[in-house]
Parts: sequence; C-alpha cells; structure tokens
Amino acid sequence: MKRFLYDLAHARAGDKGDLCNIGVIARRPEYWPVLQREVTAERVKAWFGDWCRGPVERYELPNLQALNFVLHGALDGGGLVSLRLDTQGKTYGFALLRMEIEVPDDLEVPRLV
Amino acid sequence: MPSAPLRIAGASGFWGDRNDALLDQLRGGPVDFVMLDYLAEITMSILRVKKMRDPNAGYAGDFLKALAPALGEIVARGVRVTTNAGGMNPRGCAEAVVALARQQGHTGLRVGLVEGDDLVDRLGALHDAGVPLSHLDTGAPFASIRERVLAANAYLGADPIAEALRQGAQIVVTGRCTDSALALGPLLFHYGWAADDWNRRAAGVIAGHVIECGGQASGGNFAGGWETVPDLANLGYPIVEVDESGDFTVTKHPGLGGLVSAAVVKEQLLYEIGDPRAYRTPDATADFTSFTLTDLGGDRVRIAGVRGGPPPDQLKVSIAYQDGFTNAVGLTFVWPHAIERARATERLLLERCAKLGIQIDAHHVDWIGVNGAWGPMAPPPPEQPAEVLFRMAIRTRDRDSAKRFGEEIAPLVLSGVPGACSGLLTGRPEPRPVVNFWPALVPRDAVSPRVEVLVA
Repeated sequence: MKRFLYDLAHARAGDKGDLCNIGVIARRPEYWPVLQREVTAERVKAWFGDWCRGPVERYELPNLQALNFVLHGALDGGGLVSLRLDTQGKTYGFALLRMEIEVPDDLEVPRLV
Repeated sequence: MPSAPLRIAGASGFWGDRNDALLDQLRGGPVDFVMLDYLAEITMSILRVKKMRDPNAGYAGDFLKALAPALGEIVARGVRVTTNAGGMNPRGCAEAVVALARQQGHTGLRVGLVEGDDLVDRLGALHDAGVPLSHLDTGAPFASIRERVLAANAYLGADPIAEALRQGAQIVVTGRCTDSALALGPLLFHYGWAADDWNRRAAGVIAGHVIECGGQASGGNFAGGWETVPDLANLGYPIVEVDESGDFTVTKHPGLGGLVSAAVVKEQLLYEIGDPRAYRTPDATADFTSFTLTDLGGDRVRIAGVRGGPPPDQLKVSIAYQDGFTNAVGLTFVWPHAIERARATERLLLERCAKLGIQIDAHHVDWIGVNGAWGPMAPPPPEQPAEVLFRMAIRTRDRDSAKRFGEEIAPLVLSGVPGACSGLLTGRPEPRPVVNFWPALVPRDAVSPRVEVLVA
C-alpha cells in the first residue's frame, strides 16, 4: 500500500551553501528496513525535480535508524542569493515526508495525516 | 571513583535567538560552562556589511544584551562562558564585554580573545602563492570572484579556546570558529585530553554539535511530535554532561519546558552533517555512525562510544563576496482565476522590464498558498483557490535595475489585472545587496590563531 513517508519517519533539513541536508529518522524500529528499501537517492532526486539541480547522496546511520541525504544545487544558489520563499530549505524535510512510498500490507502503520 | 561530569549548557543557536536563555540556563540548575553560538554562514556576511558601515560594529551585539542581566550571576557562581559572538570583530566584542564588566563593578574579570581567523588581507597573496581557493562544492575558480571579495574567515578549532581558559579567562570571545569548538574547548581545558586522542575529541565535537543550535536539541523545531513537547514558551535549552571518557548525556533543566528524547536528539544529530562517517572539523573527524544512543527517560539521552579520526590537513575558510542585488514584489489575487491572473502579472512585469531596460539576470515566481515553499513538490492547487499571494523575485548585477523593478509593482493596482491587494509586500520594495558565500580550503599552517586575555 502507498503511504506518506510522514507516517513512517520524521525529518530535519538544513543548509550548507547550495547544499540541502535532510535527515530522515524512522518513527519505529520496524519501519527502518522500509526506509532503507524505499527512500533511495534516485527517488529523492526525482521527487525534488528541477528544484535539485545536482546529484543526491544518501548515507545510512543504522545506530540511529536514520538516513541522511545531501542534495547538491538544491537551494537556488544558496541561502544568501536564492530567490525562493524558503531560501534555506528549512521546509524541505516536510516536503520529502510528503513523498509516497510502498509499505508492506502486513506492516501496521497508523495514519498521522 | 569517577569524577563528576562537566556540564556545558547551550544558550544560543544563532544571531536572533532568545536573549533570556542565558539567564534560564544559569538559574535552572548547576552548570559549569555556557556556550553561545551566533554564527551561521549568512550571519558572517551580514556582520561584514555592518562593519563596512561602522568599524566598531561587526559582532553579534545580542551577546551583550544577553550578558548584561546575567553577568553578576556568572561572576558569583564562577560559571565560564564561550561564544563566537565576535563575528567579524572579536576584539570589539571582547572590549565591549570588558566595558560592561567595569560598568557593573566586576573589575578583574578576565575576558579571553581569540583572533587569527580573519584572512581577508592575505587572501590574494595566498592565491598568488598557489592556494587554489576553488569553491569547495562546485570547483569554480577563485579568479571569478577575486575582485569582489569582502571578507575571508578560517574556521578555527577548540585549542585556542582551551588556551584562553588556561590563561584564566572566564568569558572567551572568538570570531569564526566551528560551533562545536565552543564545547570542545572547555572539555580540552577541563580534562586535558591528548592532542591525538581522536575518539575523545570527536565525542566533544558531537556533544558540541548537539547543543550548538539551542532549543533544537530540547524540543524546539521537533518534527517527530511537536504536539508532545511541553511548554515551548519556557523551553529549556539543552545541556550536555560529559564524562572524562567522552561519553555524555544530553539533558535540560527540570524546571523548564521542552523535551529531550531519543527522537529529539536524533533530529539534531543529523542537522547539516553531510557524510556522517566523516564530519570534518579542525579538531577531529567525527563518525556519527560509531556511537550508541540510549533514551534513559526523564529527559536524559545517553551517547556512548564515539569514534573519530584525525582532522583534515586543511582548514575551511568562508569567503564573503559581492554578488549583485535582489528584490521581490508581491500582490494577493482573489477568486476566481487567481492563478491565471498571477501568471498574467508575471508576463506583464517581464514586458515592463524589457520596455524600460530593467536588467534581470534571473527571476523566480512563487504562488504563496499554492507552491511557494515547495515548488514542484507541492500538491496540485485547488481548481479555484480563494486567494493566491503572487511573489516575484529577481536577481541582477545592476543596483538601479533592482530598484526600478521594485517600483513597478504598485502601479499594477490601478493599471494591471483586477482583484488584487498589496498586503504583505507593500510600497516600493528596496533592493537588497547580496553578499554571497564561497567556501574554500587553506593549508593549516597558513592560519595562526592568537590568544589574548583582557582584564576588566
């Protein structure tokens, strides 16, 4: 079944120049394998579309059951020069959590939205 | 018998944070050190502009506002303070602290000053001597901005802060240093960790990283359950209790609001870290995948077993340079066909710019309420939204063009498409000079930190 990533994870976004850093954390231990399988760098890159002009890197932190994404060229040149409303990508964590992912039917995931 | 851990409290996460957090951290319970971070990439550029206007400015004046009502308590209890509030003018900031201490009768207060991060006068010579200074992320050549450089500051580490503490400083003021150094400096001073004890140094880096962003590590900006965080209005900022081994507990004062849970601390751990196995600072390279994290309950989270390695042999330098101007205008359109009228207004403004010779290097349109924050990730708009805030921003090298663009919006209330009001972006918006940020690397031996202690 398709579910918002929000139901399985929480996230925090930050900026470094034109790079957006998004940490994505499993809300429960049983969600961690789903995140590893579903939230790939390719899918994140596709989700951001032309708002992410460079590559996306994904790092795993098994000790925190979390993924860290680095999106290159995702802030319209960086927080100081960006013309966007959200110059530093502060809301991009929530933006990523709105992506839908495939969740096994037998996994119980309460709806949070 | 193990000695008591060193308690370091965070009391500022950026310039603009709450000035009363320092007093809260002092009065809420026992602390040994308080660290206050004021510097983001953006802040250094703003401080540079301020210093250009006034040579005595250029530091985060908020630190003095936070300190004024707290200094008596700091002196009476022997708490020590570290801060990078010095920004572009650490000496000016340290002298202001000395003046405040004298004014309040705390003569003899020792104020540490760390300088040596400012490389602006030597940048050209370094480049001529073969240091590439290429853009750290894009690889772009330094020559493309060399004539437009306004400031250049290396990220210093924790050792100069520890040295200032050894010389008896009770308050240490730095310019650009890594945020985590404000916590690691006190740890190096207190425990005397060896210069090559990479695991303990990395643990101190991570402890500092956790509390460098103020309330973000104790329930502020918590996406994993904001509705469960008690009393944000009295948010207790985070505290780390660090053992000699480097293992530490994240907590907060019990009488204040907020929440320290595994989920809260994880969000802050991941904040802006890049590759988690190689978090590089001048003091050590920290591995964020190496440690265990345990929620002990009662607003206590334990982090143990941090591993690290040596730092890179180059230091990061943040270069600020002039990069043209931006301006933004807006109008709110109401039902019906609000988005169509926003589109028409974008076309109209571009036609006016072409007609009047207003030069635009780039433009960007948001329909706030529809896709302003998220662009292509936003869900499709409702067929007929009740209102849409049209916002159009431009970038240009020409200040006059940026100014004239700002003058083109108000006339549209009478001469544009109907059904609009001004509201948020009213009048004639003024152009904003862009001071952009250029990260680069310099050899470590090109930077010589200087430590001095001023006495009130």
